[in-house]
Amino acid sequence: MADSISLSEICITAASKAWKDDGELLATGIGLIPRIAAGLAKLTCNPDLMMTDGETFLISKPLPMGKRDASEDLIEGYMSYSRVFENLWGGQRHAMVTPTQIDSFGQTNISCIGDHSNPKVQLLGVRGFPGNFISHRNSIFIPNHSIKTFVEGEVDMVSGMGYNSQHALASKPDIFLVVTNLGVFDFNGPDHQLQLLSIHPGVSIEDIIENTGFNIAIKSDEETTLPSDEELKLIREALDPMGTRKIIFGE
Amino acid sequence: MNKILSHSDVISQLSDGMTIGVGGWGARRKPMSLIRAICQSDLKDLTIVSYGGPDVGLLCAHRKVKKLIFGFVSLDMIPLDSHFRQARQNGELEVMELDEGMVQWGLRAAAMKLSFLPTRVGFGTDVLKNNPEIKLITSPYADGEQYVAMPALNLDVALLHVNKSDQKGNTQIFGPDPFFDEMFARAAKKTYVSAEEVVETEGLGGKEGAIFNRFERSLVTGVTHAPGGAHPTSCAPNYGFDMEHLKTYSAAAKSFEDYNDKYLNISHTDYIEVVGGEAFVNNIPLPQF
Repeated sequence: MADSISLSEICITAASKAWKDDGELLATGIGLIPRIAAGLAKLTCNPDLMMTDGETFLISKPLPMGKRDASEDLIEGYMSYSRVFENLWGGQRHAMVTPTQIDSFGQTNISCIGDHSNPKVQLLGVRGFPGNFISHRNSIFIPNHSIKTFVEGEVDMVSGMGYNSQHALASKPDIFLVVTNLGVFDFNGPDHQLQLLSIHPGVSIEDIIENTGFNIAIKSDEETTLPSDEELKLIREALDPMGTRKIIFGE
Repeated sequence: MNKILSHSDVISQLSDGMTIGVGGWGARRKPMSLIRAICQSDLKDLTIVSYGGPDVGLLCAHRKVKKLIFGFVSLDMIPLDSHFRQARQNGELEVMELDEGMVQWGLRAAAMKLSFLPTRVGFGTDVLKNNPEIKLITSPYADGEQYVAMPALNLDVALLHVNKSDQKGNTQIFGPDPFFDEMFARAAKKTYVSAEEVVETEGLGGKEGAIFNRFERSLVTGVTHAPGGAHPTSCAPNYGFDMEHLKTYSAAAKSFEDYNDKYLNISHTDYIEVVGGEAFVNNIPLPQF
């Protein structure tokens, strides 16, 4: 089985560990890989997590990606957008998101590229990033680790706060884990520097340094732990039987 | 009491420069028939407050928007709205870009007749840098913490789409998530709703139906009957969003004339026929996320 393990499966498994010690927090994985990863966390390292159906209801069992028979969902509670705000302002959530840019301070951007008054590329808008990053723990998944995503200097529009904030003395961000197509990182280096925790198979430290627009710390250059047989089975059979994950890296 | 109005009656009660809040969320339960009616009108220089979807895109395409107060503009399955992007990238829009929770906080402040509500949200981000009108406030209590004073978003008008209403404006929203329509209604001087179905009060379903009444009728100025009125956005549980139409709409950013002629220069009744008829709209399956 190990020979055929794909990059998306390595990323999903590495990302799932983000929620390991979160108890009953609401796990929100936004995007394919984070969503499958949250489901894997609930089926392996943390069954106590709360999770939604991607819309309005809390479900007891992670849902498979793609079309499903929704009448089989085991619904355990209600989570409207209004309630999501209440939950997140109270710090009761750990989200995994994919910003368009991230910088050495951990600041993230999903708003626009270029000058905000007349953007070169308009993206989504800051959406919930300002509230998320000041209120609760977040992890990050970046499928295209490069100097365009890990930018030199600061991101074009700071949507999620980083560790350099001059304000909000009572609230520091908590960026827990950063998983990319090249490796696994956190922001627990000296003075909240991004630090490497492990490298995916076939990737070198040079690849990572070249593709990051700022200096990083190297805590470990060991290879990222590969999915176990159980994790692979859950990803392939329970969480993503239709293989939607393959689209992320064109597998 | 009878609050039933036509689309053109509603438009005649709006005026240039108004601040208009639009209910729904992204590509979900947007009062699109009223938005199309605004596009057909001479109204201009509007300030729009929205959890944005194709409502914002269409109004941008028609240059109705002077200022947009928003947290995002998205069509859900299609992450970005091409018309809104074009307006932004051409530098046509004045914007107040906020965290989506700050939008709610601003509406809630207006709803409670407060000038602001405190929050930590916004600190450490460019939301404060780009909106210098947002001030800070220090807690008067022992903690002395500094907060963002999110100003009230007072609306002249709120436009909402609901599943059912009677003539008095007793509305019901059956979708599992009512979004922030209640806050829009409370933040506005006047609220106009379009409704999938207009019934006698006896047809509202008694106690069981009343649970879906998300805000009281005293907030509602006018009710327009608009079956399929949210199309191409969704209106759970009646219908899902029309992906094919949203794709056509998105592609129309390149040449808007054809789309405009086909879908916007006609009455709502004709629009529903052109997009496939009421039965077609009511059969669009609800999306799975």
